[in-house]
Amino acid sequence: MSVLGTIFLQSPSFVDAMYIVAFSLFIYGMSGLTGPATAVRGNKIAAGGMALAVIATLLTKGVLHGSSTPWLILLGVVLGTAIGVPAAHRVKMTQMPQMVALFNGVGGGAVALIAWVEYRHHFGGSFALKVEIPSLFAAIVGSVSFWGSNIAFAKLQEILPGRPIKLPGQSAINLVLLLVAAGSAVVLAAGTHSQALFILGILVAAAVLGNMVVLPIGGADMPVVISLLNAFTGLSAAATGIALDNYALIVAGMIVGASGSILTNLMAKAMNRSVPAIVAGGFGGAVAAPVGAGAEGGTVRSTSAQDVAIQLSYARLVVIAPGYGMAVAQAQHAVRELERALEAKGVEVKYAIHPVAGRMPGHMNVLLAEADVPYDLLREMDDINPEFSRTDVTLVIGANDVTNPAAKNEPGSPIYGMPILEVDKSAAVVVLKRSMASGFAGIDNPLFYDPKTSLLFGDAKASVSEITAEVQAL
Amino acid sequence: MGIVTELAILVLAAFVGFEVISKVPNTLHTPLMSGTNAIHGIVVLGGLLLMHEASGVLEHVLLVIAVMFGTINVIGGFLVTDRMLEMFKRKPDPAPAPKDDPVDSAGAGAADKKDGE
Repeated sequence: MSVLGTIFLQSPSFVDAMYIVAFSLFIYGMSGLTGPATAVRGNKIAAGGMALAVIATLLTKGVLHGSSTPWLILLGVVLGTAIGVPAAHRVKMTQMPQMVALFNGVGGGAVALIAWVEYRHHFGGSFALKVEIPSLFAAIVGSVSFWGSNIAFAKLQEILPGRPIKLPGQSAINLVLLLVAAGSAVVLAAGTHSQALFILGILVAAAVLGNMVVLPIGGADMPVVISLLNAFTGLSAAATGIALDNYALIVAGMIVGASGSILTNLMAKAMNRSVPAIVAGGFGGAVAAPVGAGAEGGTVRSTSAQDVAIQLSYARLVVIAPGYGMAVAQAQHAVRELERALEAKGVEVKYAIHPVAGRMPGHMNVLLAEADVPYDLLREMDDINPEFSRTDVTLVIGANDVTNPAAKNEPGSPIYGMPILEVDKSAAVVVLKRSMASGFAGIDNPLFYDPKTSLLFGDAKASVSEITAEVQAL
Repeated sequence: MGIVTELAILVLAAFVGFEVISKVPNTLHTPLMSGTNAIHGIVVLGGLLLMHEASGVLEHVLLVIAVMFGTINVIGGFLVTDRMLEMFKRKPDPAPAPKDDPVDSAGAGAADKKDGE
């Protein structure tokens, strides 16, 4: 390459122009996600934008300066690739929520580390507030996101129990931690001699805060938490962009921040709860499981796979309502088999997807897509609810709270007001359940005691396969 | 670059983000999450930009870890999203064609209908 060429490639305007192309590709790629047909290409376009942004950065004058710099960068990239690629290839679709949590966590960790170095780097020197404030913000939020995501991962992977873990005075402790982190940031920004100490104080306080915020959150609230943490990492990346004067970081980080906020709100709305209430801990904690499970219960009617098969085969319309139980049992392929078997008998089958069924936004859709269920059979809550009145049999597979009629009928219930799949309106309901244990929140589900409901106990996958075999034998 | 310019970019990006993302149907919310998740891995650029300025072992170690984390985030995120989205592509389907349904709302339903690839 000629000298002139090198100078041109390294000129700040050229690099900035590449950044502009890069974030245009992000936005264009993301808009491809509005439909399943264009989504694959959209994701690839966004990835192309990312590659371009990395190349532009490496072309920036001075970035590869120093004998060890290129090698250290290469080391980081090689290590990251060696870990990221196999992880992405091996992860099962049922494990997707924890994988996303983990990837989100390392992103937050990167933000926090970069902010830390940025801070150390300016140690003792003059430090413009414009750099300082966003760096401190990024350090706190990135660190919260890193630790919070790791806890979310551990809960989803069942390394930690999924139920809420709560300390007495939790909210007060969280508030104190937040004040310590923010206070240290203010002291730092005002200028102090023991900078190294305070930046560590910030990182530690934020780390503990990240742990404390996610530990009390129960499994069913995970969709909200994961998208909230995603938004956090995005915002902290945007802050890093301001500190580093980098367009690409600002735009990309902010878009993620915006998308995470939208999703968080959608999820919270789908549960009829506010985001602060969810972050404050699983189902109020203090309210303490009001209904002695099954006390006013009455009797449940259990059934057999054979009876269910007969019921389903003679139906005109069957609606399948899947929940987290389907994911745990990895029953999505078995469910698809059953759907085909029923369709072969002329039964119309649809799927009712509650927005917060599962452990992340859209969780059920991904699992059913893996099992090749055509996406036009998947119906969102508002579409399918009017149809339950003409549904002959609803098959509830491992879903509990999202089908609980108490959300409509019992003002005292902790989930009162949450929009649900109105499965109790269908002519008959069959619930596949592992055992009689109540849902995550310990809330009793009157659906199970409804005279038109019958329960089939056992592992969801085994039960569904059994029903399918019976249907085919009929 | 002035702080005002950067804040302007920040605000505009937020609106673009809201605009684009609010059109994504529920069906694709998981890929959307993991896709945007990959995009915030762009902080890896921060690691790349700072590496040559770093001094001392600690800073270098921190930045190598940061670059590693960022790379995991980016590469892992895009790969996982790609895997998921491939499953949403319609495969040649031997099963009977799904019956026509009048209760198909706009939004997701309409987007689902155009099935090109």
